[in-house]
Amino acid sequence: METQFNITEHFLVPEHIKLTEEEKTILLNKYNITIKQLPMIDIKDPALKDLNPKVGEVIKIVRWSPTSKTTEFYRVVVDG
Amino acid sequence: MTEYIYKKINALVFGMLGPDIVRKQACAKIVTPELYDKEGYPVDGGLMDVRLGVIDPGLRCKTCGGNLRECMGHFGFLELARPVIHVQYADIILNFLRCTCKDCGKLLTQKKIELTEEVGEEEQQPEDDFVASSKKAKAVANSLRNVKKCPHCGAKQLAVKVEKPTNFLEDDKRLSPIEIRARLEKISDEDVGRLGLNPAFARPEWMILNVLPVPPVTIRPSITLETGERSEDDLTHKLGDIVRINQRLFENINAGAPEIIVEDLWDLLQYHITTYFNNEISQIPPARHRSGQALRTLSERIKSKEGRFRHNLAGKRVNYAARTVISPDSKIELNEVGVPMVVAMELTVPERVTEWNLKRLKDFVQRGPKTYPGSNYVLRPDGKKKKITDETQEQLLEELQPGYVVERHLMDGDIAIFNRQPSLHRMSIMAHRVRVLQGKSFRLNPATCFPYNADFDGDEMNLHIPQTEEARAEAEVLMEVQTQIITPKNGLNVIGCSDDSITGNYLLTKDLEFSREEAIQLLYSIGVNKPERFEKFKKNVNGKEIFSAILPEDFDFIGNSKDKKLVVVKKGYLVEGTIDKATIGQEKGDLIRALCARYGNDATLDMLGKLFRLGIVVLLHHGFTTSISDTDLPEDIKAKCKEAIYNADRRVAQLIEQYEKKELESMPGLSSEETLEAKSMEVLNKARTKVGEIIAESGLKENATIIMAISGARGSLMNLSMMSACVGQQALRGKRIENGYRGRTLTIFSQGEVTPRAKGFVKHGYKDGLTPDEFFMHAITGRDSLMDLALRTPKSGYLYRRLVSALQDLKIAYDETVRDANDNIVQFTYGEDGLDVSKTEGGKINVNRIVKEIMGK
Repeated sequence: METQFNITEHFLVPEHIKLTEEEKTILLNKYNITIKQLPMIDIKDPALKDLNPKVGEVIKIVRWSPTSKTTEFYRVVVDG
Repeated sequence: MTEYIYKKINALVFGMLGPDIVRKQACAKIVTPELYDKEGYPVDGGLMDVRLGVIDPGLRCKTCGGNLRECMGHFGFLELARPVIHVQYADIILNFLRCTCKDCGKLLTQKKIELTEEVGEEEQQPEDDFVASSKKAKAVANSLRNVKKCPHCGAKQLAVKVEKPTNFLEDDKRLSPIEIRARLEKISDEDVGRLGLNPAFARPEWMILNVLPVPPVTIRPSITLETGERSEDDLTHKLGDIVRINQRLFENINAGAPEIIVEDLWDLLQYHITTYFNNEISQIPPARHRSGQALRTLSERIKSKEGRFRHNLAGKRVNYAARTVISPDSKIELNEVGVPMVVAMELTVPERVTEWNLKRLKDFVQRGPKTYPGSNYVLRPDGKKKKITDETQEQLLEELQPGYVVERHLMDGDIAIFNRQPSLHRMSIMAHRVRVLQGKSFRLNPATCFPYNADFDGDEMNLHIPQTEEARAEAEVLMEVQTQIITPKNGLNVIGCSDDSITGNYLLTKDLEFSREEAIQLLYSIGVNKPERFEKFKKNVNGKEIFSAILPEDFDFIGNSKDKKLVVVKKGYLVEGTIDKATIGQEKGDLIRALCARYGNDATLDMLGKLFRLGIVVLLHHGFTTSISDTDLPEDIKAKCKEAIYNADRRVAQLIEQYEKKELESMPGLSSEETLEAKSMEVLNKARTKVGEIIAESGLKENATIIMAISGARGSLMNLSMMSACVGQQALRGKRIENGYRGRTLTIFSQGEVTPRAKGFVKHGYKDGLTPDEFFMHAITGRDSLMDLALRTPKSGYLYRRLVSALQDLKIAYDETVRDANDNIVQFTYGEDGLDVSKTEGGKINVNRIVKEIMGK
């Protein structure tokens, strides 16, 4: 079913940004982790529709936080 | 003494016991149901065979030669006359029968099925692998259930059904375990793998029992009753039944008995073995004792709250612990716990003998277990524990030397861990110093009730004595009461003054005055001994000065009292404001928090104890009584209250009239009925508030009930006005009492009546007394809240437990990320702002105050 409006513009949907390979390596090095240790996001997640995601890519989510105004969150794209 | 094992577990495999393994691991073949011979000695080949381990002192195990303590027991086995189905595997057996050909034993598909796919370069984690493959096996089994014809040999497949629990039917013809076993044997190892079992450790035909392992006697010990009679364990009983039937089955088969008799016995054997594994299967009657009580067999031993896991493994019992009723004692310090003498003489602290304390410890041993402070046990360097009795005492005294350990009685100043369930907090378990007292109850300072959530209506608490130097140090540094004044939840104090101590401090700092002698006496009695301060006292001493005597000389503080007025402490003197709940209370005592931040935990705890006692001592000297006459109102105020209620009554009557004339304008989104209801409720609530205000402004300031309410010690002005003037609207689930099926709440009202009285507005106060109908309405809400509490408490407790077990191993890593036990990231910055809440003031950092403090110095 097609959505009647673009949900990424809805105020409850935080901004989703795809990280480049370079940024991804920097992130993984920063936290000294492998890609598996990141939280996950489903490849079929409606918020990723326009980003054309592939499994293994990292999505940065910038969202509002009650404690620190905005906060960054990173999720790795997985299938199922 | 201690054995070290230098091995690391690399992998763990779960599998089934095949007949070969059962025979191989067995140390005895069981052939007779008899247990003991005439002399009471275990029969060879019986269920209590000495080769299976020993449970009697004095006997030695024939297999390992160990005695009662040393021998862990050995398995035996029983050769079954006919194979029998293992109940717990019935479902899996059914799956295998349905998915494979009845003739050729092949999987009913031509497709290649592989459960473990080759995954790229990245190594797959074993648990992922396991979950995925078992999921796939399930899918395979489901897809093959209804195949009608074997694609390999073309044999027609019949529908296999299971008649619970252990009967298998193929087109209404019963399959005997022998047939089933034959079929399962035909399945190839690859096909077994495809259906989700690892054939090396679990062949499907092993689910049909040919031999039964007989567990060692050590797991089913018999009890000797006082009469000298032996009472066997449930498992032994059950095994005895199995052996007996098995024996009869053998004999009948060998004697060539008719098939019906053999079949009957076979079914009986199946029944006994089924109940041996699980006696709670719904389709068959549970096996019972002669008394009619159901037997507790294998699966019941493991399952549920009383089972092995939750009872014995997750809920172990400990030594060196005590439990009794608690009672209050504000004269002991906050970090002390009063321990009854009987408990102190039972619980012990191990003390190692050295050259330097040899004499002291000899004295302890000399006094023995019956005189306090004595000792109960002596530990020899070889690990032997000797109880001190009249007989052993002299010998032990003689041999006592460095290297021995004496377990001496509990004494004042020892560290103890004190706990009250439910332990929802970290403050529910704190370390206290022992104070041995008369009486039979644990004593604790009432100021520590709050973190434990304890009261003295019969509460019991537990006491544990740490037994090693490390444990004591840890308890002292991490758990002692003073380390817990500030809660990690929001940085506020959980320990503070309450009830009487708040009232006392409030009265003292408000306008009390004592003579110099009285003031010094007062302070001295609570443990303040500051002669320099006392010298400054004039003939009459202001209450604020007395309070200030507890504070440090260089303490500065600016805060607010409960009524938002300034409280100022300058150079250790309270110069302005009164002390109340907002400054010294629990959960929000600003003054206590300031003291804690400035002077540390130990000093704060000491001052807190003194503050608490000061409050009580002031009330003792000044006198303080709350009584029914506190609720007496002057006539004019009473009249005012009555008028307010009368006006509200009239206003509602007007509304009803308007509604009936259809003149009432509906509010947005509401029908006219709803509008009437909402407006009536508003009017009545306003009336209630109005009455409260009248009483608050009436100038009854010297009244004990009001003092308690204003200082925040107990109760509120609302409680007072409910007693003296008007109880107000009784609300049920946010609404007024609803009309019943017949359109009214009580038969004294007319149908559809919506007057305040008919809908549960109680216009009298408790003291005046409620009318019968008011009383009924009040009972409705009272009962509802009682029910609500009784139902909600266990439910919310369960939710809390689940939350805890979901979050229990999250931790903050050094890079401020929140990670789980596998180092997966859960949150990139703790709390998204990286703040340690326990270092904040109610979740916020007061930058202004910090700047002021720094600039001020």
